[in-house]
Amino acid sequence: MTGRDKSSVTAQDEAEDFAALLMAVRDAGDKAAFAALFLHFAPRIKAYLMKSGASAALAEECAQEVMATLWQKAHLFDPARASVATWVFTIARNRRIDALRKSRRPEPEDLPWGPAAEPDQAEALEMQQETTRLAAALAQLPSKQRSLIERAYYGDLSHSEIAAETGLPLGTIKSRIRLALERLRHHMT
Amino acid sequence: MTIKHHVSDSLLMAYSADQLPEAFSLVVATHLSLCDDCRAALGGFDALGGALMQSAEAVPLSDTALDATLALIAAQRPVADRAAPGAGIFPAPLADYVGGDLGAVKWRKVGMGVRQAILPTAKGATVRLLHIPAGQVIPDHGHRGMELTLVLQGAFSDAAGRYARGDLDMETEATQHTPVAEAGVDCICLSATDAPLRFTGFIPRMLQPLFKI
Repeated sequence: MTGRDKSSVTAQDEAEDFAALLMAVRDAGDKAAFAALFLHFAPRIKAYLMKSGASAALAEECAQEVMATLWQKAHLFDPARASVATWVFTIARNRRIDALRKSRRPEPEDLPWGPAAEPDQAEALEMQQETTRLAAALAQLPSKQRSLIERAYYGDLSHSEIAAETGLPLGTIKSRIRLALERLRHHMT
Repeated sequence: MTIKHHVSDSLLMAYSADQLPEAFSLVVATHLSLCDDCRAALGGFDALGGALMQSAEAVPLSDTALDATLALIAAQRPVADRAAPGAGIFPAPLADYVGGDLGAVKWRKVGMGVRQAILPTAKGATVRLLHIPAGQVIPDHGHRGMELTLVLQGAFSDAAGRYARGDLDMETEATQHTPVAEAGVDCICLSATDAPLRFTGFIPRMLQPLFKI
């Protein structure tokens, strides 16, 4: 544990716990595990939707729907390809477009996911850790840079104004997902 | 399948942040269905969105919110996962818009042997399927806004390179090109634009109203 402060160790444990909780929801319909996820994520989903322009009442309603979708789609969660926070974000993003823009968001083809392709524990752990590192790096960005990213994700920039040079280490996450996809494709053939 | 032309990072981030017009999102989602490199890169930007949401200051929900959500869950009926891709040439997101594969497309002739089918999307940009006869040249044209073209069958070439199934061509205001469909198989593309094309020759300009592009 050299070179890592106490708070990031806590954040990391937290991320791993979330994955374990979601697995408990997925495999056993565990309501206590769901309640723990709800306690952490629902208020953040609500915040995200309000920052994107939803009223408090609409954001509250949508946050509940997002959490209900998380339960319903738990079997599609792949801890080798995303952290729980990432996955919750993708569900909230889809709810945002329905609620705020009354538009559709085309999504890529689903990748089949099942017991045959159960991820390697180490891979899943590394993915949760990488995402925690990304969050720490995000917190340390100069405020100007961070604000540009926030404006992009909260809908204040048009697509032609969005520049992907974030100064954040996204490359490692990308290569890990790439490996997880290769493994998955290998199972499918 | 070897895909050589990919979605730019800026476009991927815009798709992750959900700031693309629906027409462009459809082209990106269709490419992502064929390209694991871009799917993985998108995962990086989604992780960024997740980290942002994590770091937002939490806004508490009402005391009854958890119970209300459990009630929603109890009332849920299991949803079927999206059907696995068939043997056709349209990945799932595109098949959703067409209502089937190639056979379900309602083509209209637009001249020079080219056929098109405009798909219904929200305002801001339009997306169409194009069927270009093998060997056909599309007259020299520029772009007033952005144009994204994804090859689904056959191939075309312009000065910048060769585009085959899965390859994505991005053109902007700064670019001008004369794509040529390869001989052999007819070329089928999915193409989105947020402004009309700009044909440079006189005759092609007369064709513009026919293309409605």
